[in-house]
Amino acid sequence: MAEHATTTVTVRGCNIKLMRGGSGQPLLFLHGASGAGAWLPFMQSLAAKYDVIVPQHPGFNDSDTPDWLDTIHDLAYFYLDFIEQLDLDRIHLAGGSLGGWLAAEIAIRNTQRLASLTLIGAAGIHVPGVKQVDLFLGSDEQRIRDFFYDQTCADEMIARLLQPELEDVNMKNRIATAKLAWQPRAYDPHLHKWLHRIDVPTLIVWGANDRVFPVEHAHAYQQLIPGSKAIIIPECGHIPQVEKASMVVAELTDFIESMRVAA
Amino acid sequence: MKFFNFHLMPYRHADLDAIDKNGSAWVTYSNRHYDPAKGAELYHEYLDQMEYADTLGFDGVCLNEHHQTAYGMMPIPGVLAGALARSVKRAKLAILGRALPLLNNPLMVAEEYAMLDNLTRGRFIAGFVRGIGAEYHGMGINPVVSQERYAEAHDLIIRAWTEPGPFAYEGKHYHFNYVNPWPRPYQTPHPPIWIPSQGSSSTIKWAAQKRYTYAQTLSPIAVVAHFFQMYRDEAEKAGYTAAPDQLAWSNTIYVADTDEKAMREAKPHLEALVNRFLKMPVEMLLPPGYSNIESMKRVRAAKVTGKISSIEDLNNSGVVIVGSPNTVREKLAAYQDLAGFNTSLTKTQFATLPDEMTRANMAAIAEEILPHFRNRLPQGKQQVAAE
Repeated sequence: MAEHATTTVTVRGCNIKLMRGGSGQPLLFLHGASGAGAWLPFMQSLAAKYDVIVPQHPGFNDSDTPDWLDTIHDLAYFYLDFIEQLDLDRIHLAGGSLGGWLAAEIAIRNTQRLASLTLIGAAGIHVPGVKQVDLFLGSDEQRIRDFFYDQTCADEMIARLLQPELEDVNMKNRIATAKLAWQPRAYDPHLHKWLHRIDVPTLIVWGANDRVFPVEHAHAYQQLIPGSKAIIIPECGHIPQVEKASMVVAELTDFIESMRVAA
Repeated sequence: MKFFNFHLMPYRHADLDAIDKNGSAWVTYSNRHYDPAKGAELYHEYLDQMEYADTLGFDGVCLNEHHQTAYGMMPIPGVLAGALARSVKRAKLAILGRALPLLNNPLMVAEEYAMLDNLTRGRFIAGFVRGIGAEYHGMGINPVVSQERYAEAHDLIIRAWTEPGPFAYEGKHYHFNYVNPWPRPYQTPHPPIWIPSQGSSSTIKWAAQKRYTYAQTLSPIAVVAHFFQMYRDEAEKAGYTAAPDQLAWSNTIYVADTDEKAMREAKPHLEALVNRFLKMPVEMLLPPGYSNIESMKRVRAAKVTGKISSIEDLNNSGVVIVGSPNTVREKLAAYQDLAGFNTSLTKTQFATLPDEMTRANMAAIAEEILPHFRNRLPQGKQQVAAE
């Protein structure tokens, strides 16, 4: 079984924590609004084949909150620096929710070091007329319940995250999320104009029952990113990599491996 | 002590059960419940009450600003201040808004307030607030930059009032090639500035350093006294002794012939104020980044928004003063001495309180309370330098 290690890296003066495990081609996973406090089963599974790298974004968890952090664009440029500094290449870039948005923002700027892009329940674009849950008006518990189709997954996440000793870090993550996503609500009105620039194979993974970014967002991304492929997972909410971990790992692995064959 | 008639201008016909069912009178309480025919009458009723306050001898009338709520119908307080600028002949006119971070162009506050200062020939008092958390939901402004925007907007407005224009202003959130507002304020260098707050220590410190009048909102008198002492301490640190005039207590007073009658009459209306009109989930009150993590934890732990309060709780803890003239005089004197303020921002109308009861209350306060406090300053230990 692949072990993982947690280290701190400093990129242009900003200290961030990252978890890393496994070996192979780098698979950089960008976490969503709830942060990246734990090495989750899907990371462990992917580490069997890939060098899985899960940084905690500036502003989140145990990472610094730098003065320059104002928008998702700042994070996108930060990660381009991060990739250069760690000298990662042929990266499989994946992100969930807020992290999916961030991955798309990185990819429209520069795909030189990317081998592929995977967006999972990604924020970032607005689809008119689609009703979304307001993630800032409900309680912490309700928000987590809204993430999932299967409420036993919600029970597990509530038990894992809503601990008194995590109150500070949860609030830190909420503040960082609000900074990036309060207004406009979790999207960049200009992102959709530039998604055509993404020139690496792109996989879009979505829960059919996502109430946060309903499946119309998957279709919109699929239409905007040339050659992208969308997989809709039934009976699944906003966090497929947790709720349907083995299915997501299998799809992602297939996608990467078939690409390798095609190449 | 100076008395201001402080009006929230609530939509007093609000359906209290519908508020309960919705969980709040803010943001998500549908404006389908607003009846324009009734609302129009209320605006005139309330403006009449403000003019009545002027004739009764109140030292000032005071408006505030809230958005998307039945709690108060004054999203643009300058409209009502404009209506009052000529009809209120003698009293000061204060706006304890404007919520600077909610505005994308704070230069318009410099303009609006300067106009009101001219219209009133210098009877205007300028409030600056951040707006409460609910308003960041309603107005689409990021709460994380609330404090930055407030600080920047404040600096811009003060410069616009005190530096000859035109000049350029380059901030992080606001950028102007030409800052040159006409008119300039009537008062020199600018209208008095009042800062209402729920008791943020950083706000208190800042207000004390700037020598701005600090107004404490809806709190038990012991808490008010604590925050006012904090202000006096911060003033001492800043090298001066704060005057009682720099401290204003925002309260509710209801006077009737006897304690029993006053409590009985005020009860449904005061309880509607705190339990219905003010009720909101903590996520609405405190969006992420609105306050620092420590203050957010303090408020969440206190569960301030979920508590049901009775009029007895409110009266006993000194959030409000309800009683006979004698009781109100005794308590107000004791509270003034305890907390050391010299301005009472008094809500004489609250929540569902009808017009005739409000006017009777105003008259009773003017006749039975005001004359006894006209020349009264706080007495006792807070007059001594902080120990």
